[in-house]
Amino acid sequence: MTLSDLTHRTSEWLRGVGPMHDVVISSRVRLARNLAGMPFLRKCTAQQQQEIADRLRTEILSANLAEGVFHVDVAAAGPLDRALLAERHLISRQHADAKHPRGVAVSGDETFAVMINEEDHVRMQVLRSGMQMRDAFEQINAVDDRLEERVDFAYSNRYGYLTACPTNVGTGLRVSVMLHLPALRLTGELDKAVHAARDMRLAIRGLYGEGTDASGDFFQISNQITLGRAEEDIVEEFLTQIVPEILNYERKAREALLKHNSVEIDDKVFRALALLRSARRLASDEMMALLSLLRLGINLQRIDEVDLKTVNELFLIGQPAHVQKMHALRRGLEGPTAAMPPEERDEIRAEVLRQRLGGT
Amino acid sequence: MKKKCDKCDKPATIHLTEIVNGQKMEKHLCEDCAEAEGITIKANIPISQLLEDFVLQTVGEEEETPSTPMTCEVCGMTFSEFRDKGQLGCPNDYEAFREQLLPILARAQDGNTQHVGKAPRRAGTAQQKQMAILRLRSQLKQAITAEQYERAADLRDQIKQVEAAEPERPAE
Ligand SMILES: [Zn+2]
Ligand SMILES: [Zn+2]
Repeated sequence: MTLSDLTHRTSEWLRGVGPMHDVVISSRVRLARNLAGMPFLRKCTAQQQQEIADRLRTEILSANLAEGVFHVDVAAAGPLDRALLAERHLISRQHADAKHPRGVAVSGDETFAVMINEEDHVRMQVLRSGMQMRDAFEQINAVDDRLEERVDFAYSNRYGYLTACPTNVGTGLRVSVMLHLPALRLTGELDKAVHAARDMRLAIRGLYGEGTDASGDFFQISNQITLGRAEEDIVEEFLTQIVPEILNYERKAREALLKHNSVEIDDKVFRALALLRSARRLASDEMMALLSLLRLGINLQRIDEVDLKTVNELFLIGQPAHVQKMHALRRGLEGPTAAMPPEERDEIRAEVLRQRLGGT
Repeated sequence: MKKKCDKCDKPATIHLTEIVNGQKMEKHLCEDCAEAEGITIKANIPISQLLEDFVLQTVGEEEETPSTPMTCEVCGMTFSEFRDKGQLGCPNDYEAFREQLLPILARAQDGNTQHVGKAPRRAGTAQQKQMAILRLRSQLKQAITAEQYERAADLRDQIKQVEAAEPERPAE
């Protein structure tokens, strides 16, 4: 498995299936751990950081944690490959941009990944399509058990698993869902979702493009409390109270749109498709906005010539590093060195979208 | 201990320290009352930011009573460095900065300061062992810096010994 292979594939978690997939794009569960007897990353010497990276790589690869696990030395990878991994949600942006010895181990289907030497020595995650939080948690918990047979993690009876930042201490558990809320935005009711999340002490943030409104239909919601609650309780609360409430707002808004503004919705959806099929230059934000409308149209069954899987896939392969990587591979270039000018990237993006959506 | 909101009976989640005419004023409010006072806490602020805001507020209090700089003897982390970077230096910092950390933890963790979730199978003895190794490693680092190679070799052996010692199984 190489990173170039990934460029052409969709991640398993973007398949567009699983419970509540009309609103919940994916569920993610993450555990933060640190090796016992070692300082946290900030106070490690370069040699200790290397030691940790090597040790964890060996342990993870031999622990048989998931199917077809492969390791990428992130410190040795080029900037484009690092960006690619980040766009696929296999590593964080900080991990991509850091300078110290670090890596990531990824399962063959990309549903499982362990970042080595991110903010904590170990950050492991399971990503699933749709709302599959319980399954995801069971898997990550089993992986944690298996790793714990091989290494000791820093732990105190008072504070639980010890993390570099006190906001992760205790369970080290962060559960999150990626939500598509186009109808709430169209009806101007996004505040509802934001308030609901806030009342339940959750973090909600826009996705794709840090804090910009342009791609404002996608949100990630995650728990903030990691201490003083059992893992199962965190998962159950998320699953049975938080997500259904927000989901309900979005579904009601969709119903209302259909009932009162079906022509307007169709107009938006079909215009979006027409643009995606004929644009010659497509910026990333514009693509996200158009694909969001298309996705809404599919979920409202206004359109059936494109399926959900294709749209989810385009969200991914339309991201900047994917566009550039794909282009380089087509031209037979292994590692493009210079960043591509944005206009050129926009042209290639438009071309990819036209091809995939049967445009001209 | 959970404080109640100054204005109503709900639990206070926003704690502010203001200096008015040289007088320190503390406010403890719930989110609704805070909003009514024009203090808004945006939900999409990353927790790191919230932490930072909170830490900055408490700094004021701390600096009124000049004290020796707080340092973790194991990793050399100072509390002010943590304040700047938002990240701790080693597991021992949770004990070294206990007093300062507790209110921050409570703020970030909805008042919780005691873990109730999963524990490693070897939790009981593991904790002491972990601290022993951590200390030995920091001594090793100092020995290497001071070019005391015999001592360093000695410490390496000690680390190996402690690591190899099988932790006792916790009594069921
Ligand atoms: Zn109040
Ligand atoms: Zn320390």
